[in-house]
Amino acid sequence: MIDILGYPFMQRALLAALLTGVIAPAIGTYIVQRRLSLLGDGLGHVAIAGVGLALLTGQAPVPWAVAVCVTGAVAVEVLRQRGKATGDVGLAILFYGGLAAGVLMSGIAGAGAAALSQYLFGSLTTVTETDLLVIAVLAVLVLVPTLGLAPQLFAVSTDEEFARTQGLRTSAYNIAIVVLAAVTVTLAMRTVGLLLVSALMVVPVAAAQNLVRGFYAALVAAMAVGTTVTVGGAVGSFYLDTPPGALIVVLAIGVFALSWPYSALIARRRRVAPVLPELVDDDTLTVHQKVPEEHPHRHGPDCEHAEIRHGDHIDYVHEGHRHAVHGDHYDEH
Amino acid sequence: MPPRPDPTGPGVTPVLQVEDLSVLLGGLPVLRGISLTVGVGEAVALLGGNGSGKSTLVRSALGLLPAERGTVTLFGQPLASFHSWSRVGYVPQRSTAPASGATVAEVVSSGRLALRRIFFPRTAKDRAAVRDALDLVGLGSRAKSDVRELSGGQQQRVLIARALVGDPDLLVLDEPTAGVDLEHQRVLADVVTRRVDAGLAVIVVLHEVGPLTPLIDRAVVLRDGRVVAQGSLAEIDHSRHTHVSHPSTGHELSEPERPPGLLDGAVEP
Repeated sequence: MIDILGYPFMQRALLAALLTGVIAPAIGTYIVQRRLSLLGDGLGHVAIAGVGLALLTGQAPVPWAVAVCVTGAVAVEVLRQRGKATGDVGLAILFYGGLAAGVLMSGIAGAGAAALSQYLFGSLTTVTETDLLVIAVLAVLVLVPTLGLAPQLFAVSTDEEFARTQGLRTSAYNIAIVVLAAVTVTLAMRTVGLLLVSALMVVPVAAAQNLVRGFYAALVAAMAVGTTVTVGGAVGSFYLDTPPGALIVVLAIGVFALSWPYSALIARRRRVAPVLPELVDDDTLTVHQKVPEEHPHRHGPDCEHAEIRHGDHIDYVHEGHRHAVHGDHYDEH
Repeated sequence: MPPRPDPTGPGVTPVLQVEDLSVLLGGLPVLRGISLTVGVGEAVALLGGNGSGKSTLVRSALGLLPAERGTVTLFGQPLASFHSWSRVGYVPQRSTAPASGATVAEVVSSGRLALRRIFFPRTAKDRAAVRDALDLVGLGSRAKSDVRELSGGQQQRVLIARALVGDPDLLVLDEPTAGVDLEHQRVLADVVTRRVDAGLAVIVVLHEVGPLTPLIDRAVVLRDGRVVAQGSLAEIDHSRHTHVSHPSTGHELSEPERPPGLLDGAVEP
């Protein structure tokens, strides 16, 4: 670890990775909440047009990518709010148009696909001090509203109509969310790359939602997971000599894969224990001949037994009587 | 029960005044020139079949749908310049999929946003209000539960707590009893009745009056985007038995002599 920190390029790489790992999952929390998990991917495509434009005009790629990506994001959101682009087709045209334009412009600039690839897949170890400064400024610009406006953004992204009846200007907040996502995408293009940035906005959030309960807890946990996998991926790729962006995403998916069984286990424990069952006097339901009876599976939403809501829990109809799951057994209701 | 304030007394500004409101949805007229006034502390039920426009009426009254014609006035302010949103509590139709991964307390906290300034954290008062609202709906012990772990009836109570946590003067409920079993409907009626007695005005969209019957001061029956009957529940019930001109509105009304809730699909324990 000491020798890693001895290299200035690795110091910059680790800092850039750290910042990306904090920011991407933070804004990603709202993106996931709004069920726009693939928005980051599309915005990544749009940012490619910005990079192509910068290559064509011989200027720095990041500001151009930010400008083009933010413009594209606002256009998508305004069209969505006016009901003009009903998701799919409008987005597809914009996103693939961006990708094609970027590749085309970089080709005309004579740079070809090779020049683009460091932005497509990230190029952590070539981050310069100027790059790092830009990334740090953008990170602060994203993080302040993402955390400071968390209650408002939470309300807007979970229940937009209710948020409006709280006097929130939901269209402004929705535009803010996509603009922050667009800035994040360009910020992450040097670390994980434009093609994989969406994974860093979505996968740590999905893992965090499996690991903790509650929106704010998941926001913080997603940032922790994001930081762990980006720094871990940067360090790992130094020793393993692998592309850092890919390793970061694979690590994130690994954390998600581990969080899955954990969440299933916890969900089982958290299942509401039924209130004391009332004595049911119901002609259509018979009483058990033999209690407890053997039962091959655990009742749940997936089993084939009919569900009946009973007060605050669900009973499952089993051969003419009702089972209520209670801890590791069932009660007769 | 203490006497409620006179909603039509002189000099009292109505809570909600809708005049000649017309709304188009997808180019089709859903509301055709509706007028409705709700006074302070008055509980009004909007009744009518599917597509009668009752949900559209409350949603456009809150500015969630644009009006094609007509005016909406909330607490004496035209809707466009109305900013005292903390005076309004809204309970939307319960969506089938609740917000992923939010706790009950987090959802209810959203109901304080009209009272909060941006970039300022929650105050002790906000937190106390959330606790009180959850206690009011009987979910005080579930504050930290994931809303997805709750039953449909409990989720409905969470939404009511969210609407009441800002201490509004007008509560708007859109089909709060749909898919909620009778026991939870009674809890809901009890909670709302207590607040109405304290001066809260209520507009409630209903398919079935059910346990809310004693609460309702006035019922307004909509059909095809127009008001076709208005009055106390008893009057409307009476007119529907004597007039054959509005037969299609009749089956939506609950008959007082019939045990409420039996036709709403809930299976009782």
